[in-house]
Amino acid sequence: MSMHEQFAEDLALHALGGLEGEERVALEKHLKGCAGCRGELERLRGDMALMALSAAGPVPPRRARQRLLEAVAREPRAVTATARGGWWTLVPWVAAVAFGLGLVVLWLQNSDLQQRIAGLQSASAQQSAELQRAREVVSTLTATDAMRVTLVAAKTPPQPEGKAIYVRDRSSLIFLASNFQALPAQKAYELWLIPTNGAAIPAGVFKPDAHGSATVINPPLPAGVGAKAFAITIEPESGSTAPTMPIVMMGAGE
Amino acid sequence: MAGTEVKGDLTDAAVLSAIRSGDENGMAALYDRYSAVVYSVALRVLGDAGAAEDVLQEVFMQLWRRPGLFDSSRGSLGPWLAVIARHRAIDGLRKRRPETDIADVVVSVEPDMAGDAERARAMEKVRGTLGAMPSAQRQALEMAYFEGLSHSEISAKTGEPLGTIKTRIRAGLLALRKAFAT
Repeated sequence: MSMHEQFAEDLALHALGGLEGEERVALEKHLKGCAGCRGELERLRGDMALMALSAAGPVPPRRARQRLLEAVAREPRAVTATARGGWWTLVPWVAAVAFGLGLVVLWLQNSDLQQRIAGLQSASAQQSAELQRAREVVSTLTATDAMRVTLVAAKTPPQPEGKAIYVRDRSSLIFLASNFQALPAQKAYELWLIPTNGAAIPAGVFKPDAHGSATVINPPLPAGVGAKAFAITIEPESGSTAPTMPIVMMGAGE
Repeated sequence: MAGTEVKGDLTDAAVLSAIRSGDENGMAALYDRYSAVVYSVALRVLGDAGAAEDVLQEVFMQLWRRPGLFDSSRGSLGPWLAVIARHRAIDGLRKRRPETDIADVVVSVEPDMAGDAERARAMEKVRGTLGAMPSAQRQALEMAYFEGLSHSEISAKTGEPLGTIKTRIRAGLLALRKAFAT
């Protein structure tokens, strides 16, 4: 690429450092985008170097060499980047080591994740099995076509009977009723949890079916309440917040 | 660092390689080869032996500290050192901070200055070329080169038009180039 003739003289001055002001600014701007003129500037500097030879002749004083070498010795230099190929030659090695470490970390993480997945799968399978059993129990207890038989002493007429199964820590309650008498319309039985301290807590409203049977499964209850007994009253169908006397059935825990 | 002895007949590339590896003998070889060129141009510019010695010291120490400043793929070492020495001397003459970043200085022509005989021949050729120039042209070139004057300053000193000074300076440099092209 050739230089631009209109800059020829300015290039020579610029090589010598003698171009000033707007001319210098304009040329430097032009040089940024013109390889031809940059090449010519470099050649002009070569011409300048020749000018230095015209001054050749004087030699530096003998002490100058010693002065320089002493200064060099005072500044021992680690091998430069260029001499050993540069820090960038280490990049592939650093990258390889980092990659290797990354693989190890990923492998460990992968193993850990696989173990956790296996554990979760095992726990999930166990929970599924337990859930299935619970569903079967509840299904049997609540099936409308289930045959419910209360065994009593021979020749004793069937008596109303309620069986409450309560687990305090889970606030879980299952109540099974049998042989209950039918109630008038707009009336229902209400189960009460009698706590060890405090007032009776509503534990579900129910109406017996044609066979006198009913179930209450996990009514909403406060957490962790200790029960000393369960009681049943007759209440409006919508239930009550406090039992209405009389108590028709009651049983204490064993 | 004390390295292996660097022989005087090594190429500039070998000397530079020694310097880059931190070998002080490389600096000694470099000094023996180019100190006269660097010192003489600094002395001519500054007219003071002590100041010229300081430029000599500075130029070589810069290369010792940062040998990567010189890119051997973009020129030869001797001319580069001559250009840097002249820049630093002019900066000293004008008592200004260095205006030129050494890393930006690229010298693409390669007059061989590595050997004593080559330097001597080149010196004679340069002197012959300058001697053959019209005195006004040589004067403009030397004022620009050794005194670091701008073309307007030269114009003011000589009374010649700016355009004429520009033309003379460029023509003078091209005459040197032509002398070494044959």
